[in-house]
Amino acid sequence: MKGKIWSLFMIPRLSGRVWKVWSRDKDVFMKTYKSNFIPPFLEPVLYLVALGFGLGFYIQRIEGISYAAFIAPALISISIMYSAFFECAYGSYVRMYYQKTFDAIIATPVSLEEVIAGEMLWGATRSMINASIILVVISIFGLASFPLSLVIVPFAFFGGLLFATIAMCCTAVVPSIDSFNYPIFLLITPMFLFSGTFFPISILPKPIQLIAIVFLPLTHVVNITRGLTLGTLNMTMVMSLAWIAIVCIVLFVLSTNLMKKRLVS
Amino acid sequence: MARIVLAEHLTKKFGNLVAVDNIDFYVNQGECFGFLGPNGAGKTTTMKMIYCALPKTSGKLEVVGLDVDSHPREIKETIGVAPQENNLDPDFSVYQNLIVYSRYFNIPREEAEERVNKLLDFIQLQDKRDVVIEKLSSGMKRRLILARALLNEPKILILDEPTTGLDPQARHLIWEKLRQLKREGVTIILTTHYMEEAAQLCDRLVIMDYGRFLVEGKPYELVEKFIGKGVLEVTGDGEIVSYLHENYAKLEFEVVGDKIYIFVDEPEVLLAGLSKKFRVEQTIVRSATLEDVFLKLTGRGLRE
Repeated sequence: MKGKIWSLFMIPRLSGRVWKVWSRDKDVFMKTYKSNFIPPFLEPVLYLVALGFGLGFYIQRIEGISYAAFIAPALISISIMYSAFFECAYGSYVRMYYQKTFDAIIATPVSLEEVIAGEMLWGATRSMINASIILVVISIFGLASFPLSLVIVPFAFFGGLLFATIAMCCTAVVPSIDSFNYPIFLLITPMFLFSGTFFPISILPKPIQLIAIVFLPLTHVVNITRGLTLGTLNMTMVMSLAWIAIVCIVLFVLSTNLMKKRLVS
Repeated sequence: MARIVLAEHLTKKFGNLVAVDNIDFYVNQGECFGFLGPNGAGKTTTMKMIYCALPKTSGKLEVVGLDVDSHPREIKETIGVAPQENNLDPDFSVYQNLIVYSRYFNIPREEAEERVNKLLDFIQLQDKRDVVIEKLSSGMKRRLILARALLNEPKILILDEPTTGLDPQARHLIWEKLRQLKREGVTIILTTHYMEEAAQLCDRLVIMDYGRFLVEGKPYELVEKFIGKGVLEVTGDGEIVSYLHENYAKLEFEVVGDKIYIFVDEPEVLLAGLSKKFRVEQTIVRSATLEDVFLKLTGRGLRE
């Protein structure tokens, strides 16, 4: 039993071929780039107008800033979460199960670990693309401080990778595509609401605050993007970065091993 | 002749199920080797172990002289795989499918374009190069999968049921292409349900059932050994059967429903004899085939 658990944390051996898998997904994305770029552009506009300027009209300043400025970095963070999660949940599942794309690729010198890693790197890339688009939108509204906000672009890749690894762990264990409703209902939606997105977590009861900090990845992503758009750095951002790095590494390794277990046993 | 694939005591278990049970075989360079057997016999599992998509449970398996566990990447460089299921990339056109796939082998772009063009000519799909996969017929898809398997100019071509579900024209075209490849020195390993396909293409073959080999040999030798030269098919009742029992004690025959299959070297002579005694209907006199061997060894029971 001990050996079995250990086998889930074997470090995958990867080569540069992970980028061939990444390129495949990128090429598909670019084929339909028009429909891929418009929703991430329009969605934050709708949220900003409805929540930031509509609902925000009745809300006093939060921690000294306008409500629109408060939720702007949250919109970026939510997009980082959704882009990578959905890409590596539904997207990867379809490629794995329905299209048999993984089977086709592992008949070449590319290994299964490299396929999984490439998929997650692509999920992270989607987060980076969408976060960048939203960054453009919120800077048009004057809600991002520069140059610090530019750090969001590389950070979105890193944060995206975290959600890609979470999604890939789910993809490796779900019995069918409908089962993604569970992680979405139990993890993604609570994060959407309780990660300091639309109100500061400091107003929550202490135990729930603690849960949000210890268990909800989005809390840390929001913490960092908010610091960056407001142009104020602090020590908690370093803590958040460390949290993301550790969880990301652990889940990256775990997801490749879980997928290996699913596909070759 | 060099043994390009060598398996000893090869075994694959899925939990308690033994899919491949302690088999030994070899494939010589340049030959066409066939795996025949009913569904669930372990053919595809064996193929997947050869192209390193499934790890073996125990035994020895070497491909191009390398161990499958320690050198999967080097082995996969030299193999082309046409799997049983269509796993072409539905997000791409015919041409893009091949170009994207060539990248997994690190084939430089210019070289890849050249090879893709040649292969599109070879499988006669040049005029469909910009068509998306879902618009292709099943025969075109199989041809494209064959082309994809040839991108890395493989030493070994692995074909898992290459012509299942195709019309005769498409099947014969694929057979012609495979024979051409074999003449060029490519080693071919294939699985099939079509006995005619195996007889047409394979130099040697094994008939497999429940994870084990039942027989191994050259197609015509197996037919000769297990069936003989000819078969007489007669539709008739119990009278003929008891007559055969009484007068031809050594004769081998099989009764399936109202049909009697009689395995005999000179079916015409026997038919003449039977016609004098009985009113025999719907008779067929034919040569023995691999299908007779197959049914004799694996039985007529349905597997699924």
